[in-house]
Order: sequence, then C-alpha cells, then structure tokens
Amino acid sequence: MTLKIVKPGLATSIQDLGRPGYFHLGIPMGGAMDRLALRAANLLVGNDEGAACLEAAFLGPEVEFTAPATIAITGATMPVKIDGAEHPGWTAIAVKAGQVLSFGYLKAGARIYIAVSGGIATPPALGSRSTYPIGALGGVEGRAVQAGDELPVGAADGAQAGRSIAPDLRRAVSRPAELRVLPGLYVHRITDEARARFFGEEWKVAPEADRMGVRFRGGSQMDFVPRTPPFGAGSDPSNIVDGCYSYGSIQVPSGTEPIVLHRDAVSGGGYFTIGAVISADMDLIGQLQPHTPVHFVPVTMATALAARAERRAVLNRIREALG
Amino acid sequence: MTTRYTFGGDEHVYVEIDEEMSLDAFFVSLSMSNAVRAAKIEGVTEICPANASFQVRFDPDVIAPDAMLSRIKALEAEAEQAEKRLTTRIVEIPVHYQDPWTHETLMRFRERHQDPSGSDLDYAARINGYDDAAGFIAAHHSAPWFVSMVGFVSGLPFLYQLVAREKQLEVPKYLRPRTDTPKQTVGHGGCFACIYSVRGAGGYQMFGITPMPIYDPEQKVSYLKDFMVFFKPGDIVKWKPVTRAEHDRIAAEVAAGTYAPRIAEVEFDLDAWNADIAGTNAKLMEALDDA
Repeated sequence: MTLKIVKPGLATSIQDLGRPGYFHLGIPMGGAMDRLALRAANLLVGNDEGAACLEAAFLGPEVEFTAPATIAITGATMPVKIDGAEHPGWTAIAVKAGQVLSFGYLKAGARIYIAVSGGIATPPALGSRSTYPIGALGGVEGRAVQAGDELPVGAADGAQAGRSIAPDLRRAVSRPAELRVLPGLYVHRITDEARARFFGEEWKVAPEADRMGVRFRGGSQMDFVPRTPPFGAGSDPSNIVDGCYSYGSIQVPSGTEPIVLHRDAVSGGGYFTIGAVISADMDLIGQLQPHTPVHFVPVTMATALAARAERRAVLNRIREALG
Repeated sequence: MTTRYTFGGDEHVYVEIDEEMSLDAFFVSLSMSNAVRAAKIEGVTEICPANASFQVRFDPDVIAPDAMLSRIKALEAEAEQAEKRLTTRIVEIPVHYQDPWTHETLMRFRERHQDPSGSDLDYAARINGYDDAAGFIAAHHSAPWFVSMVGFVSGLPFLYQLVAREKQLEVPKYLRPRTDTPKQTVGHGGCFACIYSVRGAGGYQMFGITPMPIYDPEQKVSYLKDFMVFFKPGDIVKWKPVTRAEHDRIAAEVAAGTYAPRIAEVEFDLDAWNADIAGTNAKLMEALDDA
C-alpha cells in the first residue's frame, strides 16, 4: 500500500521521533516538532509510538490511499475531510482504497500529524526516517514531500477505527502563549534590566519560524554587560567563541530578535544564549502560529522537572486509554 | 582558564573551559568530553566537544541534572592534568583559492559585506596587514590547522590555525549572512576557518573551494563509504593550493571513485608545539610526504 501525495501542502515532511546521537557532527535529532501529537497519532492507529508520520505545517496536504487503512490526525485543529466529508481529529478513522484525505483551513495550532496504520516505510537514514533537508537525510530522498510522491506504508495488523483521545489530554495554545525558560548558559552577558525586560515583555512569533528555530519580535533591544571581546569571539557584544547550542536554547544575535532552536537545530555557533526553553514546552513551540503573542517565563530546574513529569503523565494516560 | 558549568534547559550541561580561544582550552574540552564518553554515564545521549567548551545532553528521567553536573565536574581535575598529547591524523585538503564559484557568490551578496569594492580575500588581506591577496593566501596555507569543532550543520569543520596568537588570521563575519554559499567553500570568520559541507546560508568570508567532498549522505564517495562525515575534532589539516586544472582533475577523480585523500598518522604534543612552533609544524607536514 502507498500514500499518494496529490497536493503537498505548504511544508509537509516525513517525521518520526528523530535520530539522536549525531549532534556532535552537526546532525540534529530532528523528528516531530510536537512529539506528543506524533505519539498519540501512532497509538490511535495501533503503530509503535515512534512510527513515521506526515508532519504538515499551516496547510494540510491532499493524500490518496491505494488500499484500506486506519488513519488518525492529531496536533493542530484543522478540519479533516475524506472524499469531502468531515471527520473528527484525534480519532482513528477507517479509509477505503481510492479515498482522498484533505483538510480545511487551520483553526488553532500550527502542525498536524497524519498517522497511517503500518507507518510510513521510506528508507531510514542513521536510524530514523525523519526528514532533514539541509543534510539531505531521511524523508523522500532527503527532502519534503512533493505532489506525485508515492510513500510506501508498512504492514498493519488491523487497527480499530473509532477510538479517540479525550479533549482534556490535548494541549491547547493559550493566548498569550507561555514558554517556560531555565535561565543560564550566557545570560550573564546581558544586564539585569535587559533580563527583566525580556521576561516582562510580550513577544510575537515572527514569520521566520521553521523546524530549525522560531524567531520572536516585539520586545526591546537588549543591553549588554560591557567587556573586552575574548580572543576568537568576534567584536559584536552578542558574540562568543563558537560553542554548542542546546535544543530549546534562546540566542539573541546583536541583542535584537530572540531565536529558539528546535528539532532541526544548528549544533553550534557564535551567538550568546540566555537559557533554554524547558523540555516540557518544546512541543508547544511546534504549535505556535506566526504573530502569536508569547511570554517567556523564568523557572527553576525543580519546576522544569515537575513540568516534564506532568507531560509524561499525560502521555501515560493516553497510552492507558488506548492500550 | 576558569571553567564554568551551566545548564541548557533540563536536558543539557554546558561547560565553558575558557571564554577565549586557545589550544589549551581546546585540549581540555576534548579530553573532558572524551572522559565523559569513557565514563559511560547512564542517561547521557550526546557528547559534543566544541572549540573551548563542550556540551552533554542527558535524559533527566534517568539521571538527575545535579547528579549529572557532579559527575562531569569530578572529571575536570583529571582532564586538566592529562597530557596534552594526541595521536591523530594530518589530512591534505586541496584548495582552489580565488575560484570562480565563490567569486560569483560574493559578488551577488556584495551589499552585505564590509567592503563592497573588493573581494573577500582582498579585504581579509588588507585588515590582516598583507600587501595583497597572494600574501594572505600564503599565510593561510603555510601552517597547518586543527579541527577544533565539527558542527553547525552536517559535518562542517571549524579549524584553528597552529600559529602563535599574534599571527592568527582574523576577519569579521559578513554584516548580514548570505542566503547562499557554494558547497565545499573554504570560509573564515573570527579566527576560525571552516569548510561548508553543504550548500546553504553562511556568514563567513569566502576564500576558495575544495574539490574534495567532506559529507555524503548517500555514502557514494569512495572515502566516505564507512561514514558520511569526514572530519572529527582533533584532525589536523594542511591546505594545498591547487590550480583550476588540478581542481577539475581531483573533482573528476572523486566522481570516478578513484580519489584518495593524502592522510598520515601523527602525534601532536601541545608542550612540544609551544616550545617550537615552526619545528613542530614542519614535522607534522613532513608526515604527508610519505602519505
């Protein structure tokens, strides 16, 4: 069985849970920006949680099925249509051979995950099918999907349709959205006042938001603590001797627009970082639309770990409900 | 050197060996990251050495962040006392300086450059006190370079030249990054050289191009069949200037699967190098004569 891509949407790529282990060579883990949504979609159709799905940003693709299958769409709120008839999201749906999946306009969130029973079975690269276009790894020949692609699907063992995930287990994006940050890394480069402003002001997601990172605008220019540039760092006050970047780390080139690195992060560079978004809020970043107002909230490590445990509890409840 | 420890969110420990770049800081960062790898600490998922720092990624569900930090800190004293000695390899990388491809690109992005009137090499030569590009190019390839970090994107090496600090070549990055850089461009930013492993955005000044691929996700290139990334931190590089004709000949050999990079195993001892830079460099480069 294959998935025929009739229309690709805007930015649709094959993703799974990624390829950790190669960041020291500049190859990021990649994988779904909203990992919980990908896991949930797979669980709904009876797949392993980490099976490869389609991740589509902002605009849904049009997909034809060459054989009967069970599918599920999770993540962003976007009307799901099969041969034009609307179906619910976060629910396992039976499709027949020759039927076409399409989508209405995005209502909330940013990225949907389309799981198909059996999982997408394109060839893995470095242990993952996730698409990393910069390094031409995974996906279809290392790229996003295009019209005319026929994606192979693995063997499925008869997943039942109709099961769904309760609304209280789906994470909604609040307005303004809150991203919790553990301050650290090179936060000492900016003044206390600049730091207070960063956490006090409202930022907006800029249109330059992709799998590598999300840029924010709307806050004040940051003031730096004066220094003599260390040898090798570069003359700009925001420069450091090129070092590693953490996933979720917030760099602010020249102190103007913060960029939060995401799953396809560059592994290092020469800009200072003021801390990192906590792991529990990384999925949420994948659901931010451009222009969404955002507050960055400073938290302690204890809070970060408690939030991580909360997210894990939600995942466990989904597993139990569908187990 | 003052080592600084900090967390990058709840999944990373970041260790800055020194604020400024030096071979001493690089050696400590490399030996500490090797020590973390050797310690096989449960929960560690990535160990990434950088120029004068390194980062460890871990799963906080397996090891608590404070415990992770203590385990890494405990390795510091040992790593600082470790001999700054490395068994590594020297690789000759052919470079066609002032090539037509980076020239076309730098002309396309001239308005983003500090000095739109000349080329990146003219500018680099001038601000580093050389009479012309030829003098700068000679300084660029006459002493070897250390691969002090691999990263940014797929397999891209950062290189630090094995010369005294006052002889380091330093250039700023473009005022605004380019949206395009030819694959295999030899670039320079701050005191670091790099080779762009893939085509894409970039902010480093562009000096030339190598016909030798250093990243191949399809693993078709003969010397990348075992692994798709060529470089690792600790490799030593000697640039070899080549003409357009030599460039084209090597590119054809790469395509035919017959090109073998010149590589020799060498010992590098930082104390010996500090005591006699020119002599140590000469010996390193001589190793290539037999390769």
